[in-house]
Amino acid sequence: MRKVAIIGTGHTDFGFNSPKTGLELFCEAATEAMVEANVQPKDIQALYCGNGLSDFSEGQIMIQSYIADSLGCRHIPATRFEAACSSATVAIRDAYMWVASGFYDIVLVGGTEKATAMGTALATRTFAMGTDARYEFPAGLTFPGFFGLLANLYAKKYNIPFERLRNQMSLVSVQSHSYGVKNPHAQFKKEITVDQVEKAFMVASPLTLLDCCPFSDGAAALVIASEEKARALCDTPIYIAGVGQASSGMLSCQYKDIPRLKAREISVKQAYDMAGVGPQDIDVCELHDCFSIASIIAAEGLGFAEFGKGGQLWEKEETRIGGKIPINISGGLKSKGHPIGATGASQTVEIVKQLRGDLVGQERQVEGARVGLVDTLGGDGILCNLILKKERE
Amino acid sequence: MEYPLPFERYNSALKKNILLGLKCRQCQKITCPPQMTCQECSSFDLEITELGGTGTIQTYTTIYIAAENRENEVPYVIVLVELEEGPWIMGELSAINPEEASLDMIGKRVRMGNRVFPGDRYSNGSAARPVFYRLD
Ligand SMILES: [Zn+2]
Repeated sequence: MRKVAIIGTGHTDFGFNSPKTGLELFCEAATEAMVEANVQPKDIQALYCGNGLSDFSEGQIMIQSYIADSLGCRHIPATRFEAACSSATVAIRDAYMWVASGFYDIVLVGGTEKATAMGTALATRTFAMGTDARYEFPAGLTFPGFFGLLANLYAKKYNIPFERLRNQMSLVSVQSHSYGVKNPHAQFKKEITVDQVEKAFMVASPLTLLDCCPFSDGAAALVIASEEKARALCDTPIYIAGVGQASSGMLSCQYKDIPRLKAREISVKQAYDMAGVGPQDIDVCELHDCFSIASIIAAEGLGFAEFGKGGQLWEKEETRIGGKIPINISGGLKSKGHPIGATGASQTVEIVKQLRGDLVGQERQVEGARVGLVDTLGGDGILCNLILKKERE
Repeated sequence: MEYPLPFERYNSALKKNILLGLKCRQCQKITCPPQMTCQECSSFDLEITELGGTGTIQTYTTIYIAAENRENEVPYVIVLVELEEGPWIMGELSAINPEEASLDMIGKRVRMGNRVFPGDRYSNGSAARPVFYRLD
């Protein structure tokens, strides 16, 4: 397999009520990535687009072919990846495979979503389509409910006094907002306090509104190239050193593992082994913090803390810049926003910028970062991980 | 190969408060809700079996923000229950004030009944779901 690099990135603002269509958002992120990569529409050999809900939000299926045509990438193969919140990460993993195999040299990959136009009730309904339609949704399961179940199980299983877990979860949201303020693309540029998180209205106990990421609109994109093309086109290629993906079934069927998510442990091990690194080698991580408890569970699954002790990373500020493992310096899904089809591409763009050293001006650069990890969770059980490295081995 | 316990059969039994699962002839473990294969050993060698419907609460959440057209149901409590036969299933906890749901409920015994979700425009018809009642 050939070495594969990311040579261009693009990212729209994330937010509420974008006046643009999902297609328009993708095209803006994509052209930014193409300009950065110094490639033209004729150079793009395939387009992979993560998208979860354009059917419901805009009445649009097969958005990928309209995107390719609008971008001037005429008649290329264009494919939509639907893996709920991990749609774009799964798309990037496949783009990697096609370039690594030698089939393509340059691929455009990203994701787009317009969720806020649906309103809270329909958006909650469509997000719940990521649960089992016959054995979970009829019981009334929603996505905050999924993580509410896990949060209470976590407190019980690891025998953590609820007040302590409550505080740890609040610290996750507070940190995300403290960095979101510095991210020009973030949906929320506003600091919050532990007290505000705990006093916000309950969405699905024990999770309040400020434990939950928002519905968002936005897009992000990357240009992926073979090493040979990357060296010709780009001074600062960022290499995809490891990839992993795994899935699992409905929540009740994961009973032997939860609150651990076994698929994550399998996926990230694939990525670590392929890249020849371990959790101790990761300089910066973007992980899937759809809910505050999800960050704690993810940090453990990725190997940054013992099981039951993930929250201590935030208590000790180990997850901030300068700490043992800087996590979600973008503001995370909580503060930056969570346009589900675009989320994994956004996380990857963030890690690329961290490894290139682009974020000094935003005062959120992890100095000297060389190895970064992307972690995205779709629904109850699609996990995808990417490890990016600054230098070629 | 035929699906061993299709939703339609599981659902019509549940509407009569009968909980069906699948017993594996290879490893003897029970799978519920139904799958194509044993959730323990992936064997296809399964037979339909009736489960007792009692178990213990393993975790819960109280839902305050509902999906479209289910707003009139909130607040309600969802539990994951470990059945006496081993598998976990999801259902609603009934006969409780949702505001009083707490971690103390974990480990308490419950018995199953059912309630029917009539379905919405995105569902393929109605679906019975387990509803649990506290035994202690
Ligand atoms: Zn078996």
